[in-house]
Amino acid sequence: MTASPQEAVHGAAHQRAAETVAAPSRPEPDNEKRPSWLGWVVSDNPPGGALLNGLMLAILAALLFAPFLFPSSKAVNVASLICIFIILVASYDLMLGFTGIVSFAHTMFFGIGAYGVAITLAKGVSGWGGVLFGTLAGALVSLAIAAVIGLLSLRLRAIFFSMITLAVAAFAQIVAEQWRDLTGGEDGLTFTVPEMLTPGFRLVHDKVMGVAINGPVITYYITFATALVLFLLMLRIVNSPFGLVLRAVRENEFRVEAMGYRVVAYRTLVCMISAVMASLAGSLMALVLRYNGPDATLSFAQMLNILLMVVIGGMGTLYGAVVGAILVVLAQYYLKSAMGAVSDATSGIPLVSALLSPDRWLLWLGIIFILIVTFLPQGIVGRLRRKR
Amino acid sequence: MNNGWHQRLQRWAPHALTPLVVIAALPAIGPGPWLTLTVAGLTMGIMLFMVAAGLTLIFGLMDVLNFAHAAFVAVGAYIAVSVLQPLAGWTSETSLALNIAALLLALVAAAVASGALGFVFERVIIRQVYGAPLRQILITIGALTVIEQLIIVIWGPQAIPLPKPAMLRGSVFIGSASIETYRLFALCVGLAIALAMHLFLTRTRLGLVVRAGVEDREMIQALGYHIRRVFIGVFMAGTALAGIGGMMWAQYQAVVSSQIGDSMTILVFIILIIGGLGSVGGCFIGAILVGLATNYVGFLAPKLALGTNILLMALILLWRPRGLFPLAEHH
Repeated sequence: MTASPQEAVHGAAHQRAAETVAAPSRPEPDNEKRPSWLGWVVSDNPPGGALLNGLMLAILAALLFAPFLFPSSKAVNVASLICIFIILVASYDLMLGFTGIVSFAHTMFFGIGAYGVAITLAKGVSGWGGVLFGTLAGALVSLAIAAVIGLLSLRLRAIFFSMITLAVAAFAQIVAEQWRDLTGGEDGLTFTVPEMLTPGFRLVHDKVMGVAINGPVITYYITFATALVLFLLMLRIVNSPFGLVLRAVRENEFRVEAMGYRVVAYRTLVCMISAVMASLAGSLMALVLRYNGPDATLSFAQMLNILLMVVIGGMGTLYGAVVGAILVVLAQYYLKSAMGAVSDATSGIPLVSALLSPDRWLLWLGIIFILIVTFLPQGIVGRLRRKR
Repeated sequence: MNNGWHQRLQRWAPHALTPLVVIAALPAIGPGPWLTLTVAGLTMGIMLFMVAAGLTLIFGLMDVLNFAHAAFVAVGAYIAVSVLQPLAGWTSETSLALNIAALLLALVAAAVASGALGFVFERVIIRQVYGAPLRQILITIGALTVIEQLIIVIWGPQAIPLPKPAMLRGSVFIGSASIETYRLFALCVGLAIALAMHLFLTRTRLGLVVRAGVEDREMIQALGYHIRRVFIGVFMAGTALAGIGGMMWAQYQAVVSSQIGDSMTILVFIILIIGGLGSVGGCFIGAILVGLATNYVGFLAPKLALGTNILLMALILLWRPRGLFPLAEHH
């Protein structure tokens, strides 16, 4: 009997054929027979199904050419946010969907990365050196904090971890609001990004296909490239033996422990990886916004956004993060203003107008969230995969 | 022999912790402020206990950690506002009887409203996620947001002042220590409720069933008790207690804002972790400890005040990873 964590994974959607012991009769996917470079890139875990594959390719193409397809400065901003949230949500999915632990401190790590860059640039260390230093410092601080929280609380039931992360995240928000000398308090920090990333900068003199290659476009491509690389890296992580153990922990933690794997070590490690990813996303966020404050990165509303994105897209799929991030960011930017218009139009009817006001955005987010957890717990990607 | 001594210390140390903190604070603070702060800490602790007790019982009995518990605190607080504002005539009168009657009326209203909402909540939200911890956390977090936002829709986003009743406004002096009258009132109400809860749990048949359910749910079912009904009862009682805690807290702060639940959630979770999840006694000691520590540290080192409770939690977790009074594990 082989003591592989695979035994503990019941019904994991994508067991790798190479590692299952007795499956010679099962028809193997093409890319398993002839290892293709495309299969290598997505770690032999394609989105699955023609519809989903097509959707992902379309999204990739749309994001790749976003500044040319949607040339307004608002659209470039929205596309940047989508890429950032893809990193943030996919890294959250590593914990929630693959390991089965709920963290409320993901925005804290997001904020640490953002404040790392913001504080470094605002306190005089300017230029690319400052960006690099701030990003690294943020990532290291996140790594250390995640290790401490994980080791302190993940030895026990996973619920302890949820409660402790909630407390620590609230504490982080208070610190950011009170420590005015360093963080700028509730007003946050504005700072100068490297000249190349400013709106006034032009990479080439003439417009390319009618689009000026200015700072925000360059920032977008940096963000896009980072998101793509980190996403593929995470895909590799969850399809590695390490990722298999994570899924086994999710399904049956006692059995994994009995097989000789240190559950707490695996859980803590995945928290640390996830924290560093979130921190990197935060550093990008600071560069895109050229500002950072508690509401931008640390707020509980932001945490709710992440949860909603993971759940809508589908937990434990990674591709769900892409779908979820796009849907929620688009809704937030375009539906919210529509809500404002409807609310103004119905201003004669007291309660309806109050319910539809854009300030009550969170109310609708919460309702949608409850409905999805209740009726579509596998999310969009999970549902599309099951249909196959 | 050495071993026996050690074991006895292990067993008694968690009980001795709170008195030790109180005694250690005396020379550090000085007798006058010490008495003021101790009463303030006890009052805060007892109010926190009311909120946390319901949550810990619900967790112990049903294995449900309700992240939306704080929403019921906010409901209690806002219901109290709606009751006390029309009764402004009673509360501004300098008659202790009328003042207290108004407060008790608000207290009952808060308990009934949040208990009733708890009933609906159990049916609509909790019932579908028994035994699914991940979905429990997600759905109750969603519900917390929805209830908080609905409160803003109904009562408005701005903070509402809630002046204390005339007779409970000032302070009494004991030696050089001043003690707010309202704190004494809150302390009495809190102790009465804690005592009632203790008597219910230890002296009544239903209390026995609840305690047995916490120990071993299947066995209680096998003995023929309808565990679902006990669940609903405990859930309603827990949310009603949260509502009472919210009402007392709002009156103590003399203002109600929509953030009332958020800060409470954090404190209550810290209390549960310190005391040991599911344990009512541990919850009581944890609440008192958090109340005292907040007040002492706030006086001694105001800059540290923010991190006191997180620090306290971390220290206790390092010492006892499962909290001070963990329930016996059963699977």
